[in-house]
Amino acid sequence: MALFDEGYKSIHDRLHKKDLSVTELVEESYKNIQKTDASIHAFLTLNKEAALEKAKALDAERGNADAALFGLPIGVKDNIVTKNLKTTAASQILANFEPLHNATVVEKINAQNGIVIGKLNMDEFAMGSSNENSSYFKTLNPWDLTRVPGGSSGGSAAAVSAGMVPYSLGSDTGGSIRQPAAFCGVVGMKPTYGRVSRFGLIAFASSLDQIGPFTRNVEDNAHLLQAISGVDVYDSTSANVDVPDFTKALTGEVKGLRVAVPKEYFGEGVSEEVKTTVKKAIAQLESLGAVVEEVSLPHSKYAVAAYYIIASSEASANLARFDGVRYGVRAAADNLIDMYKKTRSEGFGEEVKRRIMLGTFALSSGYYDAYYKKAQKVRTLIKRDFEKVFENYDVVIGPTTPTTAFKIGEKIDDPLTMYANDILTIPVNLAGVPAISVPCGLANGLPVGLQIIGKPFDEATIYRTAHAYEQAANLKLTPALEGVNA
Amino acid sequence: MADISKEQVKHVAHLARLTFTEEEVEAFAKDLGDIIGFAEQLNELDTEGVEETTHVLDIANVLREDKVHDSLAREEALKNAPAEQEGQVKVPKVLGE
Repeated sequence: MALFDEGYKSIHDRLHKKDLSVTELVEESYKNIQKTDASIHAFLTLNKEAALEKAKALDAERGNADAALFGLPIGVKDNIVTKNLKTTAASQILANFEPLHNATVVEKINAQNGIVIGKLNMDEFAMGSSNENSSYFKTLNPWDLTRVPGGSSGGSAAAVSAGMVPYSLGSDTGGSIRQPAAFCGVVGMKPTYGRVSRFGLIAFASSLDQIGPFTRNVEDNAHLLQAISGVDVYDSTSANVDVPDFTKALTGEVKGLRVAVPKEYFGEGVSEEVKTTVKKAIAQLESLGAVVEEVSLPHSKYAVAAYYIIASSEASANLARFDGVRYGVRAAADNLIDMYKKTRSEGFGEEVKRRIMLGTFALSSGYYDAYYKKAQKVRTLIKRDFEKVFENYDVVIGPTTPTTAFKIGEKIDDPLTMYANDILTIPVNLAGVPAISVPCGLANGLPVGLQIIGKPFDEATIYRTAHAYEQAANLKLTPALEGVNA
Repeated sequence: MADISKEQVKHVAHLARLTFTEEEVEAFAKDLGDIIGFAEQLNELDTEGVEETTHVLDIANVLREDKVHDSLAREEALKNAPAEQEGQVKVPKVLGE
């Protein structure tokens, strides 16, 4: 078994027994990156020198070997700021940006003796579903190099899938953790809005954004989420609620669990192969004693339209800060207004400009009520759909994505086709509830994701369900990486 | 599909501090028209009396103690600035001649 296929418990145990050193663990990560990333292109920036230095220090003093993340190699999406380590959000406008502080999640990794291995590629400012919107290069899907890894956290998913790091962090605004997790065959969790501090996450849509973990199995995911969760004085939208020990929920027991399956999640546009694979997984949960019933989330079909108005409006305000004044790349011009315009027009990519334009339009005088306010009212209806179902059920289950990973170039020319790809993940962000994608099999050789949605702040039940399924199905999906490893 | 004129695109571009070539303006007029047209399906829903959701959590006015603590040193704050002069961020001329 490859080292990174072992869970954190086994790795911790070996580190404790000195059967393995932190340096060996970190070197394994860089060795795998060197071998594989020339083909996958997941990393934008490596933190090699600092990471090995920290590993050495932890080995020498044995640091605090009881710390939750002791010695664990972790990749971080490039929209999460890291002190003195280049952070670009995959945009040219931040090509030279070295943050002055760490995001709260990075402080938590450091405080618990985890090791930041490097920064992971993404769609520029997290806007996209394929990684094709990175302004640096495209990350490829480890299962098939002609296909996208998904997005926007495509680098985070691909790096874990290809075994370059055992853990990574991503962010999810409309599906940006769950969709790439599904496409790359790994576990990805979008926590409840407010569960994890957004301080230091470069904002896309502040009312929707959440940071969450990618791992190779459910138990590790629960462990990593616990390590990064909690209220934060620097983020007034972080929730002051207890963080339970999520791993305690992993009993393997789902007898009597009430599972709702929304009929809208198996509608038109969802491929037959995805439907079949997901239904098989739901049947497996049923055989473990879960009670499965069909329900309706009647406003689901309006989620994509509401989302693109709301997310783009928030983005147009958030991205106003990139003006070439205090940081980032500045274009030369004779006066201030021209400098702003030139800097932003040269620094932002096409999709980012499209969303800034859409958001500015929706918020502009005369259109605000018709589009922005209307979308926020529809958001309320979507949220109520979930509230109603959760009165009678513990979890909502369906596919994560309508199809398996699509081909590079297949959807990039038509924004609306690309947006439609997020139809099954967006409602979750609008409602603020937590959801995981866990691998549930292959269709034509490509991974399919099972999405499990929970009540607000009830990640524990999601993990219990995902873990029981994972143990029973025992899939252990790993890409062959044919033609990848040199 | 909604009709978005080239003039509207130029007006919104100015508000967003962006500039586009004539071809780009044309492409954006079409793209935005398509997306806005798509969003018009929201009008199928009766939202009379429905309150807006701006935020999913039931929290408001998070306060903290008004305590002085360390802040960034000036040279650190200027580290990423594209241009500086005498310890301040330098920008192109704001006012005309």
